[in-house]
Amino acid sequence: MAEVVAVIASTHHPFYLRASTATGDARPPFADEWVAKVETFRATLTRVNPDLLVMVGSDHFHQLWLDNMPQFLVGKAPFYDANWYNEEREFGLPRMRFTGNLDLSSHLLRQGLDAGFDLAFSNELRIDHSITCPIITLRPQADLPIVPIYTNIFAPPLPQPARFVELGRTIRRLVESWPSDLRVAIIGTGHLSLELGGPRQFGPHGPDPEFDRKAVEWIAKGDIEGCLAEVTLDSLHTPGNATHGFMDFMLMMGVAGDHVAADYVDTLDLFHTMEAYFTWYPKGAVS
Amino acid sequence: MSRYLLDKFLFTVDRDPELVERYRDDPVGTVAWWEENVAGRLLGCPPVEGSTWQELTAEEREALATHDYPALFRLGAHPFLTLTLFIAMFERDYDEPLGFQLAYATTLAHFSPPYPDITT
Repeated sequence: MAEVVAVIASTHHPFYLRASTATGDARPPFADEWVAKVETFRATLTRVNPDLLVMVGSDHFHQLWLDNMPQFLVGKAPFYDANWYNEEREFGLPRMRFTGNLDLSSHLLRQGLDAGFDLAFSNELRIDHSITCPIITLRPQADLPIVPIYTNIFAPPLPQPARFVELGRTIRRLVESWPSDLRVAIIGTGHLSLELGGPRQFGPHGPDPEFDRKAVEWIAKGDIEGCLAEVTLDSLHTPGNATHGFMDFMLMMGVAGDHVAADYVDTLDLFHTMEAYFTWYPKGAVS
Repeated sequence: MSRYLLDKFLFTVDRDPELVERYRDDPVGTVAWWEENVAGRLLGCPPVEGSTWQELTAEEREALATHDYPALFRLGAHPFLTLTLFIAMFERDYDEPLGFQLAYATTLAHFSPPYPDITT
């Protein structure tokens, strides 16, 4: 069976590429520290020599639209083109292309449907920065096949937080039951407190540092129970109007497992939002 | 009330570089053209299969035609769509990095949670 060699959860900050490659006066003062942290984080993936990446993210009204909005969707395509004109325009993200893995896509869909998740699928999916940002930070050579999984954290009505956790648990189980000898890393990105298009956006730090502190603790400890006791669809409005993206972190807590502490935790307090990086090694810390 | 249609305007304009410029330069004309030609289009289907019932309210039309992003926020337009499109149109008018984004936040400062519902 396939082996899950790493579970990784991260924020996806679309300005990283531009900040990390800027030079001279254009280079922001926080760029060097950010690059150093990302490179250390990247090593947590590199060291496990993955063959394939399952990538959990969320479309930002690029391909998925309100006339036909899936809650959870699995890509089932031989290739995935990536990044969109408005991401090129605003963030300077390059056009990219990835190879897929139809066998794992089929397995996740069939077994996921049979496990009680009525997953949507797409045979032609152009992915966006929720998936390309972690590729850029964690695997910049972009040389591994991917299977993308999209969640709706964006267009209400949304699934409940517990459903995200349960889907994460299911994804972990399904990858581990996939008849394959490949080494799989499961990577998902979300947000801590975040405001977009509202009065609290682009402040000197994230809109709700207290929420961020608690969120990092829940994730680092694998405290799913504590997290679910406090986080509801309604409560997520309070830390910032785009904080429902935290539910993708909750999904990744489900992948990592109840009360499984992360083997690697790091954060960076940036303007606008806090960056947060977590890695679990399912078979224990890699020596 | 047609939050969906407000979002559809922002979505269809934001993804088309020509429309972004046209909306910046001529908001009134662009909104009128859009209502006539795009509002009822079923995206991903041939034009003949369009919807027959899509219509902006007068208030929504006015908000779009005057680039009034605080009004769009109040009306429940999706904040991500509004922000992305308005950055594309107006970031260039500010000298400082994030100048427009910060002005945008200040302009919305009279809103406090709970914000207007964005459910479509």
